[in-house]
Amino acid sequence: MKTASRIFTVIFFIFLFAPIAILLIFSFNTTKSLSVFSGFSFKWYSELFNDAQTLISVKNTLILATLAMLISTVMGTAASVGIVKLRRSWYRRYMDTVTDIPMTNPDIITGISLMLMFVFAGRIFGRNTSLDFGTLLIAHITFCLPYVILQVLPKLQQMDAALPEAAQDLGCTPLRAFFKVTLPEISPGIITGAIMAFTMSLDDFVISYFTSGNGFQTLPVRIYNMTKKTVTPKMYALATITFFVILALLIFTNLSDNNKDGGKRR
Amino acid sequence: MKPVERGRRNRHAGSFRIELLPYSLWSLLFIVVPLFFVAYYAFTNNSFGFTTENITKFFTATSQVDGAEVHTYLLIFARSLKLAVISTVICFILGYPIAYIMATAGEKAQKIMLVLIMIPMWMNFLIRTYAWMTILQDTGILNSLLGFIGLGPLHIIGTETAVIIGMVYDYLPYMVLPVYSIMAKMDYKLIEAARDLGCNNFAVLKRVIFPLSLPGVLSGITMVLIPSISTFYISQKLGSGKFFLIGDAIEGQFVANNLHFAAAIAFILMIVLLICMAIMKHFTNKAVYGGGRK
Repeated sequence: MKTASRIFTVIFFIFLFAPIAILLIFSFNTTKSLSVFSGFSFKWYSELFNDAQTLISVKNTLILATLAMLISTVMGTAASVGIVKLRRSWYRRYMDTVTDIPMTNPDIITGISLMLMFVFAGRIFGRNTSLDFGTLLIAHITFCLPYVILQVLPKLQQMDAALPEAAQDLGCTPLRAFFKVTLPEISPGIITGAIMAFTMSLDDFVISYFTSGNGFQTLPVRIYNMTKKTVTPKMYALATITFFVILALLIFTNLSDNNKDGGKRR
Repeated sequence: MKPVERGRRNRHAGSFRIELLPYSLWSLLFIVVPLFFVAYYAFTNNSFGFTTENITKFFTATSQVDGAEVHTYLLIFARSLKLAVISTVICFILGYPIAYIMATAGEKAQKIMLVLIMIPMWMNFLIRTYAWMTILQDTGILNSLLGFIGLGPLHIIGTETAVIIGMVYDYLPYMVLPVYSIMAKMDYKLIEAARDLGCNNFAVLKRVIFPLSLPGVLSGITMVLIPSISTFYISQKLGSGKFFLIGDAIEGQFVANNLHFAAAIAFILMIVLLICMAIMKHFTNKAVYGGGRK
């Protein structure tokens, strides 16, 4: 039984990493071929760094993800603070349902629905193309919000509601009580929510595809447009770089986690 | 209503929650209203007059496939549903044992495996899917490997099998993670107790582990089923033909600027999924809460 599960685990992870391994290896190929390795070179990496449009799309993606993260984290945290105080009422039920919708609806429907509304609004204001950076940002904030709320709300529910009340009894204004007492208590949830919002925004293709105009291209949309035609291994070079960045981040966070645990044990 | 309760209610209902205002407005404007726009576009024509033409077109449009006349969109819908269900089942068969192996492994092994599962999720899924396209091609790596051991070339790209491979590959982590997170919190004394009371391995799985992990399984199923039913990139790269899945059909109408028909297809997809979710929810409540009370 033990060996069987070990063999299964190995095969499972080979399946999971086979395409990634191929991307890594063939990003160093001298030719365009993806089945014959004819020689080692950094050709595709230098081509990637000379591709101005792709570099702009990377910058765009980072700007968008940062803004979407900041706005959705602030709005989502504020909303959670409000939601947790709502007792069983239609308002609470409405909030729960509405927060669930972007999570359970397929991305394509979220994207189409926002696009239709933006196009309609554009018609009213007599504009030909209403899709631009603004609509993209609105869409990203919208699908990031539930992730923030679902991380912050449980932390608020776990917290002793008497704590901020005590702070207020001792003379804090409600706002000061929030920053002094509530915020430190729920900050792990806020940070996780912010990280999730950031990665969701970074990674999104479908919703961006429907809600961005031609003017502002994010990296996933750029990749989509590139893979429509035959792809140069530039994309593999990009994937390889992403892989090592993620690996470094994960190792870094795990190491700092271990240190924290070590500190607690002592 | 008792006076005490009433006082409590009023304190909360009466105070105006300013912190809730931005999200309330935002969610109304950008979550609820857009869904009505889907319905509005679905039931109107290009000059925004009421029509059911788009909806009837979905159910009645026909085309020739291999000399036979078929219902174009109903066929696509049925195919989407079929491939999504098959992919979900395969994800469960592969993902459930891995989640169990992870949950019962040592702390360090658990952490490493969790990182290994999450790395592919953070790499762009377009590039990963594209990699599968090159692997599965007639002259791709898979066929050169097969040729090496003397097996004839397989024609996979452009078939339903290729699309299923792509879906399973892309959405497998969504099955593993929720199941794992439930299993990691499971009380393993229950398993020991079941063994002490004479259960064999299979009985332990059937009577203890599986029922306890059911909430994770159900959220895993939704998290795989919904993206695979609505994908269009995977089928564009690994499938064949212009409109292969329902997602392709929506995207194709969007590109062709037939927004009203795109909305109609999206509307029908939404209704079908809503019905599926309602059935699932009913089933979950029965299995998770109803079962426990008995």
